[in-house]
Amino acid sequence: MAMEMRLPVARKPLSESVGRDTKKHLVVPGDTITTDTGFMRGHGTYMGEEKLIASVAGSVERVNKLICVKALKTRYNGEVGDIVVGRITERRRSAEDELAMRGFLQEGDLISAEVQAVFSDGAVSLHTRSLKYGKLGQGVLVQVSPSLVKRQKTHFHDLPCGASVILGSNGFIWIYPTPEHKEEDAGGFTANLEPVALADREVISRLRNCIISLVTQRMMLYDTSILYCYEASLPHQIKDLLKPEIMEEVVMETRQRLLEQEG
Amino acid sequence: MASVALSEAEKVYIVHGVQEDLRVDGRGCEDYRYVEVETDVVSNTSGSARVKLGHTDILVGVKAEMGTPKLEKPNEGYLEFFVDCSANATPEFEGRGGDDLGTEIANTLYRIFNNKSSVDLKSLCISPREHCWILYVDVLLLECGGNLFDTICIAVKAALFNTRIPRVRVLEDEEGSKDIELSDDPYDCIRLSVENVPCIVTLCKIGYRHVVDATLQEEACSLASLLVSVTSTGVVTCMRKVGKGSLDPESIFEMMETGKRVGKVLHASLQSVLHKEESLGPKRQKVGFLG
Repeated sequence: MAMEMRLPVARKPLSESVGRDTKKHLVVPGDTITTDTGFMRGHGTYMGEEKLIASVAGSVERVNKLICVKALKTRYNGEVGDIVVGRITERRRSAEDELAMRGFLQEGDLISAEVQAVFSDGAVSLHTRSLKYGKLGQGVLVQVSPSLVKRQKTHFHDLPCGASVILGSNGFIWIYPTPEHKEEDAGGFTANLEPVALADREVISRLRNCIISLVTQRMMLYDTSILYCYEASLPHQIKDLLKPEIMEEVVMETRQRLLEQEG
Repeated sequence: MASVALSEAEKVYIVHGVQEDLRVDGRGCEDYRYVEVETDVVSNTSGSARVKLGHTDILVGVKAEMGTPKLEKPNEGYLEFFVDCSANATPEFEGRGGDDLGTEIANTLYRIFNNKSSVDLKSLCISPREHCWILYVDVLLLECGGNLFDTICIAVKAALFNTRIPRVRVLEDEEGSKDIELSDDPYDCIRLSVENVPCIVTLCKIGYRHVVDATLQEEACSLASLLVSVTSTGVVTCMRKVGKGSLDPESIFEMMETGKRVGKVLHASLQSVLHKEESLGPKRQKVGFLG
Protein backbone atom coordinates (compact mmCIF):
# COMPACT_ATOMS: atom_id res chain seq x y z
CA MET A 1 0.00 0.00 0.00
CA ALA A 2 1.18 3.49 -0.69
CA MET A 3 0.83 6.56 1.42
CA GLU A 4 2.64 9.77 0.83
CA MET A 5 2.50 12.79 3.05
CA ARG A 6 4.49 15.88 2.59
CA LEU A 7 4.77 19.56 3.42
CA PRO A 8 3.16 21.92 0.91
CA VAL A 9 5.33 23.69 -1.63
CA ALA A 10 4.46 27.13 -2.95
CA ARG A 11 3.48 27.02 -6.61
CA LYS A 12 5.96 28.56 -9.04
CA PRO A 13 4.43 31.21 -11.32
CA LEU A 14 3.94 29.62 -14.75
CA SER A 15 5.86 32.22 -16.75
CA GLU A 16 9.11 31.18 -15.05
CA SER A 17 8.82 27.59 -16.12
CA VAL A 18 7.49 28.31 -19.59
CA GLY A 19 9.85 31.10 -20.68
CA ARG A 20 7.47 32.82 -23.06
CA ASP A 21 9.07 35.49 -25.23
CA THR A 22 5.95 37.49 -25.97
CA LYS A 23 4.31 38.75 -22.83
CA LYS A 24 0.54 38.61 -22.96
CA HIS A 25 -1.32 41.78 -22.20
CA LEU A 26 -3.35 40.73 -19.17
CA VAL A 27 -6.18 42.86 -17.88
CA VAL A 28 -8.73 42.76 -15.09
CA PRO A 29 -12.25 44.26 -15.18
CA GLY A 30 -11.96 48.05 -15.15
CA ASP A 31 -8.49 48.21 -16.71
CA THR A 32 -8.03 50.59 -19.62
CA ILE A 33 -7.03 48.74 -22.76
CA THR A 34 -6.38 51.72 -24.99
CA THR A 35 -7.36 55.38 -25.32
CA ASP A 36 -7.31 55.16 -29.14
CA THR A 37 -10.95 55.40 -30.29
CA GLY A 38 -10.23 54.03 -33.76
CA PHE A 39 -10.69 50.39 -32.70
CA MET A 40 -13.85 48.34 -32.92
CA ARG A 41 -15.07 46.85 -29.64
CA GLY A 42 -15.15 43.07 -29.37
CA HIS A 43 -16.31 40.71 -26.61
CA GLY A 44 -15.20 41.53 -23.11
CA THR A 45 -14.85 45.28 -23.61
CA TYR A 46 -16.98 48.38 -23.28
CA MET A 47 -16.59 52.03 -24.08
CA GLY A 48 -16.46 54.47 -21.19
CA GLU A 49 -15.13 58.02 -20.87
CA GLU A 50 -13.44 58.05 -24.28
CA LYS A 51 -11.44 54.92 -23.64
CA LEU A 52 -11.83 51.18 -24.13
CA ILE A 53 -12.20 49.34 -20.80
CA ALA A 54 -12.09 45.62 -20.13
CA SER A 55 -15.13 43.95 -18.57
CA VAL A 56 -13.61 40.51 -17.94
CA ALA A 57 -10.28 39.26 -16.60
CA GLY A 58 -8.18 37.84 -19.41
CA SER A 59 -5.74 38.57 -22.21
CA VAL A 60 -6.20 41.22 -24.86
CA GLU A 61 -6.42 39.94 -28.44
CA ARG A 62 -6.16 42.24 -31.41
CA VAL A 63 -7.12 41.35 -34.96
CA ASN A 64 -6.54 44.38 -37.24
CA LYS A 65 -9.04 46.91 -35.96
CA LEU A 66 -10.95 44.62 -33.61
CA ILE A 67 -9.95 44.44 -29.94
CA CYS A 68 -11.45 41.85 -27.65
CA VAL A 69 -10.58 40.36 -24.28
CA LYS A 70 -10.52 36.59 -24.03
CA ALA A 71 -11.39 35.48 -20.52
CA LEU A 72 -8.97 32.99 -18.94
CA LYS A 73 -11.51 31.14 -16.87
CA THR A 74 -15.17 31.46 -17.60
CA ARG A 75 -18.48 29.67 -17.66
CA TYR A 76 -19.19 27.89 -20.89
CA ASN A 77 -20.81 30.10 -23.54
CA GLY A 78 -22.62 27.93 -26.06
CA GLU A 79 -22.13 28.36 -29.77
CA VAL A 80 -24.13 26.67 -32.51
CA GLY A 81 -22.35 23.56 -33.72
CA ASP A 82 -20.37 22.85 -30.53
CA ILE A 83 -20.19 19.29 -29.29
CA VAL A 84 -20.96 19.05 -25.60
CA VAL A 85 -21.09 16.28 -23.03
CA GLY A 86 -23.74 16.73 -20.39
CA ARG A 87 -25.42 15.05 -17.46
CA ILE A 88 -29.20 14.88 -17.13
CA THR A 89 -30.13 16.60 -13.87
CA GLU A 90 -33.84 17.25 -14.26
CA ARG A 91 -36.51 16.24 -16.67
CA ARG A 92 -39.91 17.42 -17.72
CA ARG A 93 -42.60 15.51 -15.95
CA SER A 94 -45.46 14.74 -18.28
CA ALA A 95 -47.29 11.51 -18.95
CA GLU A 96 -45.94 10.93 -22.46
CA ASP A 97 -42.43 11.68 -21.27
CA GLU A 98 -42.73 9.13 -18.49
CA LEU A 99 -43.85 6.39 -20.83
CA ALA A 100 -41.50 7.03 -23.69
CA MET A 101 -38.22 8.49 -22.52
CA ARG A 102 -37.72 6.90 -19.12
CA GLY A 103 -36.84 3.60 -20.72
CA PHE A 104 -33.96 5.22 -22.55
CA LEU A 105 -32.65 8.11 -20.47
CA GLN A 106 -32.61 8.49 -16.67
CA GLU A 107 -31.54 11.28 -14.36
CA GLY A 108 -27.78 11.12 -13.96
CA ASP A 109 -27.10 9.75 -17.43
CA LEU A 110 -24.38 11.26 -19.54
CA ILE A 111 -25.07 12.19 -23.14
CA SER A 112 -23.12 13.72 -25.99
CA ALA A 113 -24.96 16.17 -28.23
CA GLU A 114 -24.56 19.10 -30.55
CA VAL A 115 -25.71 22.64 -29.84
CA GLN A 116 -28.66 23.47 -32.10
CA ALA A 117 -29.56 26.97 -30.90
CA VAL A 118 -28.58 29.49 -28.27
CA PHE A 119 -31.21 31.52 -26.43
CA SER A 120 -30.73 35.12 -25.39
CA ASP A 121 -30.39 34.23 -21.71
CA GLY A 122 -27.49 31.90 -22.47
CA ALA A 123 -29.42 28.63 -22.39
CA VAL A 124 -28.68 26.23 -25.23
CA SER A 125 -30.86 23.71 -26.96
CA LEU A 126 -29.19 20.43 -27.91
CA HIS A 127 -29.91 17.80 -30.50
CA THR A 128 -28.47 14.36 -31.23
CA ARG A 129 -28.19 14.38 -34.97
CA SER A 130 -27.14 10.81 -35.51
CA LEU A 131 -26.42 7.65 -33.58
CA LYS A 132 -22.91 8.96 -33.09
CA TYR A 133 -24.39 11.12 -30.33
CA GLY A 134 -26.59 9.97 -27.49
CA LYS A 135 -26.20 8.11 -24.21
CA LEU A 136 -22.67 7.36 -23.10
CA GLY A 137 -21.75 3.96 -21.74
CA GLN A 138 -18.87 2.92 -19.50
CA GLY A 139 -15.98 5.29 -19.10
CA VAL A 140 -14.55 8.14 -17.07
CA LEU A 141 -15.64 11.78 -16.98
CA VAL A 142 -13.14 14.57 -16.31
CA GLN A 143 -14.40 18.10 -15.72
CA VAL A 144 -12.09 20.94 -16.73
CA SER A 145 -12.41 24.65 -17.43
CA PRO A 146 -14.11 25.24 -20.84
CA SER A 147 -11.45 27.72 -21.89
CA LEU A 148 -8.87 24.93 -22.02
CA VAL A 149 -10.64 22.89 -24.71
CA LYS A 150 -9.30 23.88 -28.10
CA ARG A 151 -11.82 24.49 -30.88
CA GLN A 152 -11.24 21.87 -33.56
CA LYS A 153 -12.94 20.33 -36.58
CA THR A 154 -13.85 17.20 -34.71
CA HIS A 155 -14.16 16.53 -31.02
CA PHE A 156 -14.45 12.75 -31.21
CA HIS A 157 -11.00 11.20 -31.20
CA ASP A 158 -9.95 7.55 -31.39
CA LEU A 159 -6.49 7.67 -29.90
CA PRO A 160 -3.92 5.12 -31.09
CA CYS A 161 -3.09 4.16 -27.51
CA GLY A 162 -6.30 2.15 -27.27
CA ALA A 163 -9.02 4.43 -25.90
CA SER A 164 -11.31 7.07 -27.34
CA VAL A 165 -12.04 10.52 -26.06
CA ILE A 166 -14.80 13.10 -26.54
CA LEU A 167 -13.64 16.67 -25.83
CA GLY A 168 -16.83 18.51 -24.96
CA SER A 169 -16.60 22.26 -25.56
CA ASN A 170 -18.24 22.80 -22.18
CA GLY A 171 -15.22 21.33 -20.42
CA PHE A 172 -16.62 17.83 -19.86
CA ILE A 173 -14.15 15.29 -21.24
CA TRP A 174 -15.34 11.72 -21.67
CA ILE A 175 -12.79 8.89 -21.93
CA TYR A 176 -14.08 5.47 -22.93
CA PRO A 177 -12.78 2.18 -24.31
CA THR A 178 -12.77 2.10 -28.13
CA PRO A 179 -15.62 -0.12 -29.28
CA GLU A 180 -14.32 -3.14 -31.21
CA HIS A 181 -16.90 -3.05 -33.96
CA LYS A 182 -16.97 0.07 -36.05
CA GLU A 183 -20.80 0.14 -36.13
CA GLU A 184 -21.16 0.57 -32.40
CA ASP A 185 -20.45 4.17 -31.60
CA ALA A 186 -20.32 6.00 -28.32
CA GLY A 187 -23.94 7.06 -28.62
CA GLY A 188 -27.16 5.23 -29.27
CA PHE A 189 -29.47 4.48 -26.35
CA THR A 190 -28.39 1.14 -24.97
CA ALA A 191 -25.30 0.99 -22.81
CA ASN A 192 -22.92 -1.95 -22.86
CA LEU A 193 -22.44 -3.05 -19.25
CA GLU A 194 -19.93 -5.87 -19.74
CA PRO A 195 -16.68 -5.59 -17.77
CA VAL A 196 -13.95 -3.64 -19.54
CA ALA A 197 -10.59 -5.40 -19.95
CA LEU A 198 -7.75 -4.52 -17.57
CA ALA A 199 -5.45 -3.28 -20.35
CA ASP A 200 -8.11 -0.83 -21.55
CA ARG A 201 -8.67 0.33 -17.98
CA GLU A 202 -5.00 1.13 -17.57
CA VAL A 203 -5.03 3.21 -20.75
CA ILE A 204 -8.14 5.07 -19.60
CA SER A 205 -6.74 5.77 -16.12
CA ARG A 206 -3.45 6.97 -17.58
CA LEU A 207 -5.27 9.28 -20.01
CA ARG A 208 -7.34 10.66 -17.16
CA ASN A 209 -4.26 11.47 -15.11
CA CYS A 210 -2.56 13.00 -18.17
CA ILE A 211 -5.52 15.27 -18.84
CA ILE A 212 -5.52 16.39 -15.21
CA SER A 213 -1.78 17.12 -15.40
CA LEU A 214 -2.26 19.22 -18.55
CA VAL A 215 -5.09 21.12 -16.89
CA THR A 216 -3.09 21.85 -13.72
CA GLN A 217 -0.39 23.39 -15.90
CA ARG A 218 -3.03 25.32 -17.91
CA MET A 219 -2.24 23.74 -21.27
CA MET A 220 -4.77 23.61 -24.09
CA LEU A 221 -6.44 20.24 -24.56
CA TYR A 222 -6.61 18.71 -28.02
CA ASP A 223 -5.86 15.29 -29.44
CA THR A 224 -2.16 15.93 -30.12
CA SER A 225 -1.39 17.41 -26.70
CA ILE A 226 -3.20 14.56 -24.95
CA LEU A 227 -1.41 11.96 -27.05
CA TYR A 228 2.05 13.45 -26.49
CA CYS A 229 1.35 13.70 -22.78
CA TYR A 230 0.30 10.04 -22.75
CA GLU A 231 3.51 9.00 -24.45
CA ALA A 232 5.61 11.13 -22.10
CA SER A 233 3.92 9.52 -19.11
CA LEU A 234 4.63 5.90 -20.10
CA PRO A 235 7.85 5.53 -18.05
CA HIS A 236 5.93 6.36 -14.86
CA GLN A 237 3.40 4.32 -12.97
CA ILE A 238 -0.18 5.47 -13.43
CA LYS A 239 -0.70 6.43 -9.80
CA ASP A 240 2.60 8.34 -9.69
CA LEU A 241 1.16 10.78 -12.21
CA LEU A 242 -0.82 12.32 -9.39
CA LYS A 243 2.32 13.67 -7.73
CA PRO A 244 3.13 17.32 -8.55
CA GLU A 245 6.77 16.86 -9.55
CA ILE A 246 5.99 14.02 -11.95
CA MET A 247 3.08 16.03 -13.39
CA GLU A 248 5.43 18.94 -14.06
CA GLU A 249 8.04 16.73 -15.67
CA VAL A 250 5.56 15.05 -18.00
CA VAL A 251 3.92 18.32 -19.05
CA MET A 252 7.33 19.92 -19.63
CA GLU A 253 8.23 17.11 -22.01
CA THR A 254 4.87 17.44 -23.76
CA ARG A 255 5.39 21.17 -24.19
CA GLN A 256 8.85 20.56 -25.69
CA ARG A 257 7.49 18.09 -28.22
CA LEU A 258 4.66 20.39 -29.21
CA LEU A 259 7.05 23.29 -29.73
CA GLU A 260 9.34 21.10 -31.84
CA GLN A 261 6.41 19.97 -33.92
CA GLU A 262 5.28 23.52 -34.61
CA GLY A 263 8.77 24.81 -35.28
CA MET B 1 -22.33 13.78 2.85
CA ALA B 2 -21.83 15.60 -0.44
CA SER B 3 -22.75 13.42 -3.35
CA VAL B 4 -22.33 13.40 -7.11
CA ALA B 5 -24.80 12.06 -9.63
CA LEU B 6 -23.42 9.19 -11.68
CA SER B 7 -24.91 7.23 -14.53
CA GLU B 8 -25.42 3.47 -14.18
CA ALA B 9 -22.67 2.76 -16.68
CA GLU B 10 -20.18 4.89 -14.78
CA LYS B 11 -21.00 3.07 -11.55
CA VAL B 12 -20.58 -0.30 -13.24
CA TYR B 13 -17.20 0.81 -14.58
CA ILE B 14 -16.03 1.89 -11.12
CA VAL B 15 -17.25 -1.29 -9.41
CA HIS B 16 -15.59 -3.59 -11.96
CA GLY B 17 -12.38 -1.58 -11.69
CA VAL B 18 -12.26 -2.01 -7.93
CA GLN B 19 -12.69 -5.79 -8.27
CA GLU B 20 -9.54 -5.80 -10.41
CA ASP B 21 -7.60 -3.53 -8.00
CA LEU B 22 -7.34 -0.70 -10.54
CA ARG B 23 -9.31 2.37 -9.57
CA VAL B 24 -10.25 5.20 -11.93
CA ASP B 25 -7.14 7.23 -11.07
CA GLY B 26 -4.79 4.25 -11.27
CA ARG B 27 -4.55 3.63 -7.51
CA GLY B 28 -4.84 0.23 -5.87
CA CYS B 29 -7.50 -0.51 -3.28
CA GLU B 30 -5.20 0.38 -0.38
CA ASP B 31 -3.51 3.49 -1.77
CA TYR B 32 -4.11 6.97 -0.48
CA ARG B 33 -4.11 10.08 -2.58
CA TYR B 34 -1.29 12.52 -2.14
CA VAL B 35 -1.54 14.42 1.18
CA GLU B 36 -0.23 17.86 2.12
CA VAL B 37 0.06 18.81 5.78
CA GLU B 38 0.99 22.16 7.23
CA THR B 39 0.77 23.30 10.85
CA ASP B 40 0.71 26.69 12.52
CA VAL B 41 -1.27 28.40 9.77
CA VAL B 42 -3.66 30.39 12.00
CA SER B 43 -1.81 32.85 14.18
CA ASN B 44 -4.29 33.51 16.96
CA THR B 45 -4.80 29.91 18.01
CA SER B 46 -2.83 27.72 20.38
CA GLY B 47 -2.31 25.24 17.56
CA SER B 48 -3.59 24.78 14.02
CA ALA B 49 -3.17 22.56 11.00
CA ARG B 50 -4.34 22.40 7.42
CA VAL B 51 -4.53 19.12 5.52
CA LYS B 52 -5.24 18.65 1.81
CA LEU B 53 -6.05 15.18 0.53
CA GLY B 54 -6.91 15.27 -3.17
CA HIS B 55 -9.83 17.70 -3.34
CA THR B 56 -10.60 17.57 0.39
CA ASP B 57 -9.32 20.56 2.36
CA ILE B 58 -9.63 20.76 6.17
CA LEU B 59 -8.50 23.45 8.57
CA VAL B 60 -8.32 22.75 12.34
CA GLY B 61 -7.70 25.30 15.06
CA VAL B 62 -7.13 24.48 18.74
CA LYS B 63 -7.64 27.07 21.47
CA ALA B 64 -6.67 26.39 25.05
CA GLU B 65 -8.77 28.15 27.68
CA MET B 66 -8.96 27.87 31.42
CA GLY B 67 -12.09 26.54 32.98
CA THR B 68 -13.47 24.30 35.71
CA PRO B 69 -13.09 20.55 35.40
CA LYS B 70 -16.12 18.33 34.97
CA LEU B 71 -17.66 17.09 38.22
CA GLU B 72 -17.11 13.40 37.51
CA LYS B 73 -13.47 13.91 36.50
CA PRO B 74 -12.03 16.56 38.83
CA ASN B 75 -8.38 15.82 38.05
CA GLU B 76 -8.58 16.14 34.31
CA GLY B 77 -9.05 18.72 31.60
CA TYR B 78 -11.08 17.89 28.50
CA LEU B 79 -11.52 18.48 24.78
CA GLU B 80 -14.51 20.05 23.05
CA PHE B 81 -15.04 19.47 19.33
CA PHE B 82 -16.95 21.62 16.90
CA VAL B 83 -17.19 20.95 13.20
CA ASP B 84 -18.27 23.64 10.77
CA CYS B 85 -19.24 22.50 7.28
CA SER B 86 -18.89 25.76 5.43
CA ALA B 87 -20.92 26.46 2.31
CA ASN B 88 -17.58 26.86 0.51
CA ALA B 89 -17.13 23.13 0.52
CA THR B 90 -20.13 22.20 -1.56
CA PRO B 91 -23.47 23.87 -2.40
CA GLU B 92 -25.31 21.24 -0.33
CA PHE B 93 -23.95 22.88 2.81
CA GLU B 94 -25.70 26.16 2.16
CA GLY B 95 -27.62 27.56 5.10
CA ARG B 96 -28.25 24.79 7.62
CA GLY B 97 -27.51 21.99 5.19
CA GLY B 98 -24.14 21.23 6.73
CA ASP B 99 -25.31 21.06 10.34
CA ASP B 100 -26.27 17.38 10.32
CA LEU B 101 -22.98 16.30 8.90
CA GLY B 102 -21.14 18.59 11.31
CA THR B 103 -22.86 17.06 14.34
CA GLU B 104 -22.19 13.55 13.05
CA ILE B 105 -18.50 14.22 12.63
CA ALA B 106 -18.24 15.94 16.02
CA ASN B 107 -19.94 12.99 17.73
CA THR B 108 -17.55 10.58 16.04
CA LEU B 109 -14.60 12.65 17.25
CA TYR B 110 -15.94 12.60 20.81
CA ARG B 111 -16.27 8.84 20.62
CA ILE B 112 -12.79 8.14 19.41
CA PHE B 113 -11.22 10.42 22.00
CA ASN B 114 -13.38 9.01 24.78
CA ASN B 115 -10.82 6.73 26.39
CA LYS B 116 -8.04 7.07 28.92
CA SER B 117 -5.06 6.88 26.65
CA SER B 118 -5.76 9.01 23.56
CA VAL B 119 -4.77 12.28 25.14
CA ASP B 120 -3.22 12.60 28.58
CA LEU B 121 -6.02 14.62 30.17
CA LYS B 122 -4.36 14.68 33.57
CA SER B 123 -1.63 16.91 32.17
CA LEU B 124 -4.32 19.47 31.41
CA CYS B 125 -5.23 19.84 35.05
CA ILE B 126 -4.00 22.93 36.86
CA SER B 127 -5.51 22.50 40.30
CA PRO B 128 -7.97 19.67 41.02
CA ARG B 129 -11.64 20.60 41.13
CA GLU B 130 -10.88 24.24 40.44
CA HIS B 131 -8.93 24.93 37.31
CA CYS B 132 -8.06 23.00 34.24
CA TRP B 133 -7.30 23.53 30.57
CA ILE B 134 -10.12 23.01 28.11
CA LEU B 135 -9.02 22.49 24.52
CA TYR B 136 -11.59 23.74 22.02
CA VAL B 137 -10.90 21.95 18.76
CA ASP B 138 -12.63 23.65 15.81
CA VAL B 139 -12.72 21.91 12.46
CA LEU B 140 -13.54 23.83 9.29
CA LEU B 141 -14.37 22.05 6.04
CA LEU B 142 -13.06 24.15 3.22
CA GLU B 143 -13.59 21.74 0.37
CA CYS B 144 -15.25 18.35 0.22
CA GLY B 145 -13.74 15.78 -2.13
CA GLY B 146 -14.52 12.49 -0.45
CA ASN B 147 -13.01 10.78 2.59
CA LEU B 148 -13.80 13.46 5.15
CA PHE B 149 -13.28 11.48 8.35
CA ASP B 150 -9.70 10.41 7.61
CA THR B 151 -8.61 13.90 6.66
CA ILE B 152 -10.27 15.47 9.69
CA CYS B 153 -8.52 13.08 12.04
CA ILE B 154 -5.14 13.67 10.45
CA ALA B 155 -5.70 17.42 10.78
CA VAL B 156 -6.82 17.12 14.43
CA LYS B 157 -3.74 15.06 15.28
CA ALA B 158 -1.44 17.55 13.52
CA ALA B 159 -3.12 20.50 15.25
CA LEU B 160 -2.81 18.86 18.68
CA PHE B 161 0.86 18.18 17.94
CA ASN B 162 1.27 21.87 17.13
CA THR B 163 -0.64 23.08 20.23
CA ARG B 164 1.34 25.07 22.73
CA ILE B 165 -0.32 25.59 26.11
CA PRO B 166 1.19 28.31 28.32
CA ARG B 167 2.80 27.05 31.46
CA VAL B 168 1.05 28.25 34.63
CA ARG B 169 1.90 28.06 38.28
CA VAL B 170 -0.50 28.05 41.16
CA LEU B 171 0.65 30.25 44.04
CA GLU B 172 -0.93 29.89 47.39
CA ASP B 173 -0.62 32.67 49.89
CA GLU B 174 -1.13 32.66 53.68
CA GLU B 175 -4.91 33.04 53.65
CA GLY B 176 -5.24 30.02 51.40
CA SER B 177 -6.47 31.89 48.32
CA LYS B 178 -4.90 30.70 45.12
CA ASP B 179 -3.45 32.80 42.39
CA ILE B 180 -2.59 31.65 38.92
CA GLU B 181 0.58 33.02 37.47
CA LEU B 182 1.36 32.89 33.79
CA SER B 183 4.98 32.49 32.84
CA ASP B 184 6.64 35.64 31.44
CA ASP B 185 8.37 33.87 28.60
CA PRO B 186 5.90 33.47 25.69
CA TYR B 187 7.75 30.40 24.46
CA ASP B 188 7.50 28.59 27.79
CA CYS B 189 4.75 26.12 26.99
CA ILE B 190 3.73 22.60 27.54
CA ARG B 191 3.13 20.38 24.55
CA LEU B 192 0.72 17.50 24.32
CA SER B 193 1.93 14.04 23.57
CA VAL B 194 0.06 12.84 20.49
CA GLU B 195 1.60 9.36 20.43
CA ASN B 196 -1.70 7.67 21.16
CA VAL B 197 -4.04 9.99 19.31
CA PRO B 198 -5.95 7.72 16.92
CA CYS B 199 -6.61 8.24 13.23
CA ILE B 200 -9.70 7.12 11.37
CA VAL B 201 -9.43 4.88 8.35
CA THR B 202 -12.61 4.76 6.27
CA LEU B 203 -13.13 1.56 4.33
CA CYS B 204 -15.88 1.67 1.70
CA LYS B 205 -17.33 -1.59 0.48
CA ILE B 206 -17.62 -1.57 -3.31
CA GLY B 207 -18.77 -4.83 -4.86
CA TYR B 208 -16.86 -7.65 -3.16
CA ARG B 209 -13.85 -5.60 -2.14
CA HIS B 210 -13.22 -2.59 0.02
CA VAL B 211 -11.25 0.54 -0.76
CA VAL B 212 -9.38 3.04 1.35
CA ASP B 213 -9.62 6.77 0.67
CA ALA B 214 -12.63 6.80 -1.62
CA THR B 215 -13.32 9.75 -3.90
CA LEU B 216 -16.82 11.23 -4.11
CA GLN B 217 -17.59 9.08 -7.17
CA GLU B 218 -16.48 5.90 -5.38
CA GLU B 219 -18.51 6.81 -2.31
CA ALA B 220 -21.57 7.07 -4.57
CA CYS B 221 -21.02 3.44 -5.65
CA SER B 222 -20.59 2.10 -2.14
CA LEU B 223 -23.56 1.08 -0.02
CA ALA B 224 -21.77 0.57 3.28
CA SER B 225 -18.58 1.80 4.91
CA LEU B 226 -16.69 1.02 8.05
CA LEU B 227 -14.92 3.71 10.04
CA VAL B 228 -12.09 2.23 12.08
CA SER B 229 -10.21 4.39 14.54
CA VAL B 230 -6.65 3.09 14.96
CA THR B 231 -3.70 4.24 17.06
CA SER B 232 -0.10 4.17 15.89
CA THR B 233 0.46 0.73 17.43
CA GLY B 234 -2.50 -0.80 15.62
CA VAL B 235 -4.93 -0.76 18.55
CA VAL B 236 -8.53 -0.16 17.51
CA THR B 237 -10.27 2.39 19.72
CA CYS B 238 -13.62 2.60 18.00
CA MET B 239 -15.48 1.24 15.02
CA ARG B 240 -18.58 2.52 13.29
CA LYS B 241 -20.59 1.41 10.30
CA VAL B 242 -22.21 3.99 8.06
CA GLY B 243 -24.41 3.59 5.05
CA LYS B 244 -27.70 1.98 4.06
CA GLY B 245 -26.26 -1.39 3.03
CA SER B 246 -25.32 -4.34 5.18
CA LEU B 247 -21.95 -5.91 5.90
CA ASP B 248 -21.43 -9.56 6.70
CA PRO B 249 -19.19 -10.39 9.68
CA GLU B 250 -16.35 -11.77 7.53
CA SER B 251 -16.17 -8.55 5.55
CA ILE B 252 -16.12 -6.57 8.78
CA PHE B 253 -13.22 -8.65 10.05
CA GLU B 254 -11.27 -8.25 6.79
CA MET B 255 -11.93 -4.52 6.69
CA MET B 256 -10.80 -4.16 10.29
CA GLU B 257 -7.51 -5.93 9.52
CA THR B 258 -6.95 -3.70 6.50
CA GLY B 259 -7.79 -0.68 8.63
CA LYS B 260 -5.18 -1.65 11.22
CA ARG B 261 -2.52 -2.21 8.59
CA VAL B 262 -3.24 1.00 6.74
CA GLY B 263 -3.58 2.95 10.00
CA LYS B 264 -0.08 2.05 11.12
CA VAL B 265 1.43 3.31 7.87
CA LEU B 266 -0.71 6.46 8.09
CA HIS B 267 0.59 7.23 11.57
CA ALA B 268 4.19 6.59 10.58
CA SER B 269 3.96 8.97 7.59
CA LEU B 270 2.24 11.66 9.65
CA GLN B 271 4.80 11.44 12.43
CA SER B 272 7.69 11.77 10.01
CA VAL B 273 6.14 14.79 8.25
CA LEU B 274 5.38 16.54 11.56
CA HIS B 275 8.90 15.95 12.86
CA LYS B 276 10.38 17.12 9.58
CA GLU B 277 8.32 20.31 9.73
CA GLU B 278 9.41 20.91 13.30
CA SER B 279 13.05 20.37 12.47
CA LEU B 280 12.84 23.19 9.92
CA GLY B 281 12.41 25.49 12.90
CA PRO B 282 10.63 28.85 13.22
CA LYS B 283 12.38 30.19 10.11
CA ARG B 284 10.56 27.88 7.68
CA GLN B 285 8.64 29.36 4.78
CA LYS B 286 4.94 29.10 5.50
CA VAL B 287 2.87 28.43 2.42
CA GLY B 288 -0.51 29.09 4.01
CA PHE B 289 -3.45 29.92 1.79
CA LEU B 290 -1.82 32.03 -0.88
CA GLY B 291 0.79 29.55 -2.00
